[in-house]
Amino acid sequence: MNKKEQKDSIRIDKIGFSKNSNRLVTIMSKISVSNLNFFYAKAQALFDITIEIPEREVIAFIGPSGCGKSTFLRTLNRMNDTIPLTKAEGTVLIDGENIYSAGTDVVALRRRIGMVFQKSNPFPKSIFENVAYGIRINGIHSSKADLAERVEKALRDAALWEEVKDRLNTSAFGLSGGQQQRLCIARALAVEPEVVLMDEPASALDPSATQKIEELVVELKKKYTIVIVTHNMQQAARVSDRTAFFMLGKLVEYNPTQKMFTNPDERLTEDYITGRFG
Amino acid sequence: MEHRIIDSQLGVLRDKILLLGGATEAAVTRAMESLTRRDSELARRVLDEDRIINQMELDIDRMSIEILALQQPAAHDLRFVISVAKITPILERIADHATNIAEAALILNDGPEIKSFVDFPIMAKTVSEMLRASLDAFTNEDSRISREVIKRDKEIDESYHRVFNDLLEIMVDDPSLTTGAAHLLFVAKHLERIGDYVKDICELNVYLREAVFIKHSPRT
Repeated sequence: MNKKEQKDSIRIDKIGFSKNSNRLVTIMSKISVSNLNFFYAKAQALFDITIEIPEREVIAFIGPSGCGKSTFLRTLNRMNDTIPLTKAEGTVLIDGENIYSAGTDVVALRRRIGMVFQKSNPFPKSIFENVAYGIRINGIHSSKADLAERVEKALRDAALWEEVKDRLNTSAFGLSGGQQQRLCIARALAVEPEVVLMDEPASALDPSATQKIEELVVELKKKYTIVIVTHNMQQAARVSDRTAFFMLGKLVEYNPTQKMFTNPDERLTEDYITGRFG
Repeated sequence: MEHRIIDSQLGVLRDKILLLGGATEAAVTRAMESLTRRDSELARRVLDEDRIINQMELDIDRMSIEILALQQPAAHDLRFVISVAKITPILERIADHATNIAEAALILNDGPEIKSFVDFPIMAKTVSEMLRASLDAFTNEDSRISREVIKRDKEIDESYHRVFNDLLEIMVDDPSLTTGAAHLLFVAKHLERIGDYVKDICELNVYLREAVFIKHSPRT
């Protein structure tokens, strides 16, 4: 078995329910998490999380505040490493490779697993430079023209190009909140990630800007695997293929979104999505 | 991006109900043809294809629920999904009446022909026209046409009464035809019921377009 065959065999060796029906199918797992425990110093924040995240789908994490969904999201590209005294146990496989194994290049990992945060955080630079930054520091481009092409492509993928193409050299701070968030998405896409993690990407936006982000998420799944944390259950329902419900650091239920919002397996999930608590 | 996430799903739902409408319309037409042309093969086809129509109904039910649960449609989108969810079982019931007519045809085609089918062809033609018009009006969200179709239900009722009286006369004139005529009475009733269902579809078309309920109101 050559290396590619070995990789594929790991990735398709999972069986689960298809997102649109209850048929059992093989699932191409992009991310495979097993028995993950996570600690902030002595406080345990995640308990024994096991989950398969298929490639090119949108996965939503929902749950009340403090349930661990953002913490879990950040374990997927080791963003929690930046917080002192944190510790992760268990395995997180991306394409079959454990990202917590010794010798993992965390910078390279975060390039593959991009991230967009709740509050848009453009650099105090021009629109062009915001997107070009990651391409430059990673040395992805071959020439100035190539750099410009990559910036345009990322802005197009983030559905922002038409709105900014005539003012690429103006400050990113001149953009609206929704545009700034899409700029941050473009910045994440510019370094050609495989997975995009989104931590409440639309929670600070008005309904119209939120709708644009949601449409963008659905569009992006054609190329990327998207994991999105959201407080907005309707948003999870609208955009995701699968939904994971977290509570007190535990994964209560993970199912196709259609099932989750019409007939969840767990009473706790039903109580949460129908607004009985949380 | 010009399309909302919900748009593609509403488009699929629209396609599904139009297919169901087409299948139902074909079932009614074939059922009546199987009777008037004494074509039992055609009657059996109507019975066979009812299973497909039942599956289509379940499929649309599932999709309507999914859109309501996941996309939270509002305003016209909401009226559209609700209208589809309400029209779908109506179409399925119309198809059930078509199968009942086909079953009657299988019995009648084995017996002596009752020559005087009286107003049946006219009644069947009116019902088919109304059904097609109601589905076209749904597609085009045309409440004017829908209101006109509703008024035509009177034609069906009048035909029904004529057919009823004619069949009673046949029974009295030739008691050997009583069994066949009794089956035809049921066929007439099925057509009359289909007319009522078409009216229900048209009322939902008006709701879809104008957001008003005209059901149970004296004026349409």
